[in-house]
Amino acid sequence: MTRNPLAFPLSKGHAMPTENRDDTIAAHAPTLASAIPAGHGHVTTSEFKIRARDVNVFYGEKQALFDVSLDVPAKSVTAFIGPSGCGKSTFLRCINRMNDTIPSARVQGSIEIDGADVNAKSVDPVVLRSRVGMVFQKPNPFPKTIFENVAYGPKIHGLATGKAELEAIVEASLKKAGLWNEVADRLHQAGTGLSGGQQQRLVIARAIAVSPEVILMDEPCSALDPIATAKIEELIDELRNQFCIVIVTHSMAQAARVSQKTAFFHLGKLVESGPTEEMFTNPRDTRTQDYITGRFG
Amino acid sequence: MTDAVLNPGAPAPKAAPLSAREALLKKRHRSEMWFRVQGIAAIVIAMIFLVVLVGRIVVQGYSTFETHTLTVPVYINPERVDVTALEGVNYDYIVAEALMKKLGVQDDDLGTTSAKIMDLTSRDFGFQLLNKLKADKSLIGKTVDVTGSVKADADLYYKGEIKRSTAEVDRKLDNQQLDWLDKLRTDGTVKAGFNTKFFSNSDSTEPEQAGVWGAVVGSAMMLVITALIAIPVGVLAAVYLEEFAPKNRWTDIIEVNINNLAAVPSIVYGLLGLALFINWLHVPRGSPLVGGLVLALMALPTVIIATRSSLKAVPPSIREAALGVGASKAQTVFHHVLPLAMPGVMTGAILSLAHALGETAPLLMIGMVAFVPGAPESFTSSATVLPVQVFIWENASERAFHERTAAAIIVLLVFMIVMNAAAVILRRRFERRW
Repeated sequence: MTRNPLAFPLSKGHAMPTENRDDTIAAHAPTLASAIPAGHGHVTTSEFKIRARDVNVFYGEKQALFDVSLDVPAKSVTAFIGPSGCGKSTFLRCINRMNDTIPSARVQGSIEIDGADVNAKSVDPVVLRSRVGMVFQKPNPFPKTIFENVAYGPKIHGLATGKAELEAIVEASLKKAGLWNEVADRLHQAGTGLSGGQQQRLVIARAIAVSPEVILMDEPCSALDPIATAKIEELIDELRNQFCIVIVTHSMAQAARVSQKTAFFHLGKLVESGPTEEMFTNPRDTRTQDYITGRFG
Repeated sequence: MTDAVLNPGAPAPKAAPLSAREALLKKRHRSEMWFRVQGIAAIVIAMIFLVVLVGRIVVQGYSTFETHTLTVPVYINPERVDVTALEGVNYDYIVAEALMKKLGVQDDDLGTTSAKIMDLTSRDFGFQLLNKLKADKSLIGKTVDVTGSVKADADLYYKGEIKRSTAEVDRKLDNQQLDWLDKLRTDGTVKAGFNTKFFSNSDSTEPEQAGVWGAVVGSAMMLVITALIAIPVGVLAAVYLEEFAPKNRWTDIIEVNINNLAAVPSIVYGLLGLALFINWLHVPRGSPLVGGLVLALMALPTVIIATRSSLKAVPPSIREAALGVGASKAQTVFHHVLPLAMPGVMTGAILSLAHALGETAPLLMIGMVAFVPGAPESFTSSATVLPVQVFIWENASERAFHERTAAAIIVLLVFMIVMNAAAVILRRRFERRW
């Protein structure tokens, strides 16, 4: 936590020409995404899991997001940074259509996961959310047992045919979330009785249990102490081999530590995005620079 | 201070002199003290009212729970009993004869003495004799022990409610009758005991025979109807309005109207029930069914409001958590939100039922005010309920009914305390302290 984000091990002297950057402007043309040279972020077109184009979000009359276009690579961690109220959480919630639950929210533009528009009429948000898991700012386990917390998703989606299979899923999910050793002997105790960090890992296990492809994390560590935060970050790093992870964070240091790609939002606009290393060493936009060096936000 | 920091150009406010600040501090403490005193005074006043209310009812009503019974050996004189017409026999006179024998007095030709004696014993004695003879005709010519209540006025004399010091013309019993009563008590013919009849009997024209059983059964049956209608309809309406309904002008109008309905005087619901259920749907008047329907209408807004507020109190993070793992809206509500809201829902429902239990005015409108000498046999037969029983007895002219009024209120209060306790227990049970 105390680490200076700028002290991140940097590949020196890799300042990219702006026109090659995967930023708002460049991303308008899908072909430009491939313009990012291989060997820098290891991102190619086929590896993009989520592709957002001209996303506008309105809450009633108020516009919260302006023409956001962004590609999120598969099997890696993408961090959204920006000052409070900049729209990064709003954008995150568009990806699994959690904004549907807000009556006044209106989403325009397209967000595709594996080429399929999530806002299409044929897409059932219930199915979408089983593919796109979500972890919230405050740990929010159900007021049920640890087992029931993890088993709930598989149960409602019919992923397990028997008790044994369900137990196997729960165990595997808790193991993946690095929580198994701590809770194996008290699976049938209250999930809310765990510590904050454990609860957040339980919530991650709950999200993993339905085998999603994408996991969205909305400031998952903002309510946790540094040790619990470190554990979650470690977990995120392990999980990126299997999932496409998008994380919203207020901590530049965290973004620098866990993500491979970073997107900076400001006042509802995507200011710039690119490989994390670059964003932190050589931000193109002065606003980005000011923000990551702590001059505002 | 902060202003000064934020506006460096503005002149720093001058600090008040120390003495002035101390004075201000004292003033603040004083005003806090004054507020506390007012609060305590308010509580004391409320407690006094409560104690006076409950105290008066208990003082007036507790004597009902004691009663005086009389046991007398009755010789069933074959001359007075016509075996072929058992119903037509004057059993009261046979009992009076037995008592006259016991007291050593003779009846005159006009029957003055026997009439006075009959004023002391309940009509119940006669009915008991009739039933005994119906069961076993061989009793004719034998002596049987009969136990029954003394008449309400005699009971009041024993309890000290009718005093000998009152002028003879002003009381219902004359000096001779009081002498007899004294004698009967001293020789052990009359005994004091717990008044079980008050709980096992229903309403009666004779106060000593009147009880609350019919009213208790009527109240319970009516509440069953009310609960079966008001709770499911109210909870589902609230869940739909709170969780599913779009927030637009129509739902706003519905919400305002529900809140208004909760404030509609209960007698209006009685009129509605009269017009809707009795005149239009022809539900039998004065039955637990129609009473329950009317009270369900009345309880519905309260149940909806209580349910909505407890649904609102469920943290949105739980909804997000469920939606986030792909639960549908209905799964989110019924698996997570409603179970968490359940303690509040149950409390609201039981409190609104308790309120309905004490309701009188709408029931008078739907003809529940009749004299019903028995517990209702079905949901459609005539019934009386506790608050209406209180109302009927309070209007009765006989003095003994007034102590029964207070006793019935005690029963009603106990009924309510039990319901409220159930609400608390249910709340504790459902409430998951994680």
